[in-house]
Amino acid sequence: MSEHCELKYTDFKSDLSVRWCPGCGDHAILNAVQKAMANLKVLPHEVAVISGIGCSSRFPYYMNTYGFHTIHGRAAAVASGVKVANPNLHVWQITGDGDALAIGGNHFIHLIRRNIDINVILFNNQIYGLTKGQYSPTSKRGFISKTSPFGTVEDPFRPGELALGARSQFFARTVDKELKLSIEVMQEAAKHKGTSIVEVLQNCVIYNDKTHEAITDKKHKADRTIVLHHGEKMVFGANKDKGLVLDGMDIKAVTIGEDGYTLEDILVHDAESYHVSMHRKLANMDYPELPVALGVIRSVEGLSYDQSVELQLKEVQAQTNISSFEELVNAGDVWEVK
Amino acid sequence: MGRSSKVIERDEVVVRFSGDSGDGMQLTGTLFSNTSAVFGNDISTFPDYPAEIRAPQGTIGGVSGFQVHFGHTEVYTPGDYADVLVAMNPAALRANSKWVKPGGTIIMDVDSFDDRNLEKAGYQTDDPITEDKLGDYNIIKAPITELTKISLKDMGLDKKSILRSKNMYALGLVYWLFDRPLEHTKEFIKKKFAKNPIVVEANLKVLKEGYDYGVIIQAVTPSFHINPASIKKGKYRNLNGNVAVAWGLIAAAQKASLELFLGSYPITPATEILQELSARKDLGVKVFQAEDEIAGICTAIGASFAGDLAVTTTSGPGLALKGEAIGLAIIAELPLVIVNVQRGGPSTGLPTKTEQSDLMQALYGRNGESPCVVIAASSPINCFEYAFYAAKIAVEHMTPVILLTDGFLANGTQPWKIPDLKDYPTIKPKRVAEDKKDTWMPYHRDPESLVRSWVPIGTPDLMHRIGGLEKDENTGGVSYDAMSHQKMVDYRQNKIKKIEDHIIEQDVLGTPESDLLVVGWGGTFGHLFTAVEELEEEGVGVALAHFNYINPLPRNTYDILKRYKKIVVCELNLGQFVNYLRMNFPDIDYKQFNKVQGLPFTVVEIKDHVKKLLEE
Repeated sequence: MSEHCELKYTDFKSDLSVRWCPGCGDHAILNAVQKAMANLKVLPHEVAVISGIGCSSRFPYYMNTYGFHTIHGRAAAVASGVKVANPNLHVWQITGDGDALAIGGNHFIHLIRRNIDINVILFNNQIYGLTKGQYSPTSKRGFISKTSPFGTVEDPFRPGELALGARSQFFARTVDKELKLSIEVMQEAAKHKGTSIVEVLQNCVIYNDKTHEAITDKKHKADRTIVLHHGEKMVFGANKDKGLVLDGMDIKAVTIGEDGYTLEDILVHDAESYHVSMHRKLANMDYPELPVALGVIRSVEGLSYDQSVELQLKEVQAQTNISSFEELVNAGDVWEVK
Repeated sequence: MGRSSKVIERDEVVVRFSGDSGDGMQLTGTLFSNTSAVFGNDISTFPDYPAEIRAPQGTIGGVSGFQVHFGHTEVYTPGDYADVLVAMNPAALRANSKWVKPGGTIIMDVDSFDDRNLEKAGYQTDDPITEDKLGDYNIIKAPITELTKISLKDMGLDKKSILRSKNMYALGLVYWLFDRPLEHTKEFIKKKFAKNPIVVEANLKVLKEGYDYGVIIQAVTPSFHINPASIKKGKYRNLNGNVAVAWGLIAAAQKASLELFLGSYPITPATEILQELSARKDLGVKVFQAEDEIAGICTAIGASFAGDLAVTTTSGPGLALKGEAIGLAIIAELPLVIVNVQRGGPSTGLPTKTEQSDLMQALYGRNGESPCVVIAASSPINCFEYAFYAAKIAVEHMTPVILLTDGFLANGTQPWKIPDLKDYPTIKPKRVAEDKKDTWMPYHRDPESLVRSWVPIGTPDLMHRIGGLEKDENTGGVSYDAMSHQKMVDYRQNKIKKIEDHIIEQDVLGTPESDLLVVGWGGTFGHLFTAVEELEEEGVGVALAHFNYINPLPRNTYDILKRYKKIVVCELNLGQFVNYLRMNFPDIDYKQFNKVQGLPFTVVEIKDHVKKLLEE
């Protein structure tokens, strides 16, 4: 990454006034991304922020970087083209649950499968906000909205499960209002070579207010979420007295000191394990059965697509007999008319 | 070589090779074409193969054909009707006998004409010659399968490999028929099967024996003699339209000093461009095989923003899927080349057949006022030129350019004189001058051309945001202002219109001073031009205006059209170009000649139609 001596988060702010609704979770996410970039010391002109359509996708206008507000669902594809064309750039994709998981579902899974070095910030508010309140692919079954006045009759995607099913090598989750955690997670995402998916549980103050409140409000968040750190015990709770253990094939939440469980029994988080089964269990944990996992759930090193492209170009060019247009057109079945 | 048989002197000849799709007819045809080209004939070829990869053996659906037209004079089409048909089985005869000229020569592999194959081909009797009314034709019944088996029986090859060699026997026989040297094909076989010496030996043996079979039967069979054409000096190779497009884009990237990026999804008949460019990692081409057509174009748009010469390739159904993204490139004003190799439609339509029915889609198939440049190649080899100029216009005018080719151009081949890139213009992206950086804004335009600058991501100090929302005319920031929208719509429209100052004027071929003007566009050039030439030889001079630039049209289009009493617009659709002309120049009276059969025009039907018009 390029070094720059002094970068403030304001260096990443464009001069456009931010036009999200007052109280929208997007403000905090913008703030976190700008702070993460300043901390990472990336140069604004080497950053491309690519979005699709939706409230979150207005994001690039507010960044003093290169930005592209594209079309619905296609940000992953546009971002892929940017990164492959110029692998030196830092490419961020801003998307929402509708943009990434409904209309853009195909591009989302293929981006992850290819493992292109792009940081995807997935704003999950479980609603279509910009079209004023229709259910989304992450809305829970039975959810009442303008297009589901009697409740939805379909099950939602779980973004973590979907990403891991598409062979995601980096998946993290944060909450819009947890600024410190968001900055930390975004920095980790940026450092990871390959596609990094960061699901942000985001509140839509107008059409789906308090959708994540059960787990994110101040009173309950310590008991209803768990912040995972690689190499550390999976402990949570206001008093740090709860933890996760394996019970047969399943994860179970226990209280340390009760039912014979000691700190020794509590699982240690291994985000870097190639095996995905534990990460899937962690990503799928849901309140009220289990605490919702936050932080970096999976972070596995591997060759990214863009690196592979560059390597293959070099390999082929080292072996070829054709190194110019002239050599190409003169190779093979050529005859001369004299 | 001395010949005791009758030799027919001809200016040009059409040969059609046909057999089961596993019989190797495409290779046989290609080898014959290359030999004729090296011999010095002008050639034009067209393969005709089924959409199914391996349709049931012996059925009409599984017949694969390859037609080559070669001559002592210039040749512009693969020919309407064949002088010589090679039919490796009854299905091949049944499917193709109607395409043989009356009294033409038909070479049959009689060994494959057994009851089972005759029945599969739909013959009612065991006498296909009578059944297809071919009694007046010159039929050569050659026991090709049997003689191939005998020839190779002691070489230790398995049965399958032996049968695979029978196409070389047939090829040898055709070489005799046209008095062609075997050297070129021998060299090819030696190279192609270098790892398998016994296969080389087998193929060379049957090729020679096929030729010798001709010598044996010469007393009863006339052969053809076609002199070399007078062709411009230089180095040549055969090239089809798809590879020509790929190479034209490579040339353009080189002349623009840009990296070439292709985002694409396989689709017949455009896939070969994707394949050829995928192989060009040696030249640094980046190819992204996307998850779908939309991702194909969207990755290209991303690469364009990042500063590459960006391209997507497709056919009709894919162009439909790309529509919204083309609009994005239009409003963002980014350079992009979209190659659409047209095929029969609508929907999946006729994937392997040719048609010109995507013109309206290319011109108007998007939401909003979304003009983009549309140009059409008109011969397999000028796909190279038009791909090059599509890229030049896209880069220098900051716009998507749709290049239309079609299945006929894509798969057809012609000898291509290898160009020197020094003869091609440099392509100059519009960049922001160092001393203008302080005052630059993303949507500032050149006052003349209305073109904005291209600032690739990564350029220091010029960070900016673009997008699909309507924008302010300077900053590019979002603007919903009514008058601003009007202005931006006008800018985008006029920017395309102004490209007419940068393209060549339309020329008129044939007899320009005639009363009747034949109008065509794109892939029908060879047939229209040949028809006009032949009419001239028959004393019926008519003019031909064949368009390559569709949007914008050449500046002198109206001046040409208004000169003629009668205009007939010929195209392989129900009248898309003629309606475009009617819309642009409504005071002119147009007649139209349309065909939508998945097939090219025949020269004969164009001539007949023009003659009828002249009598009206």
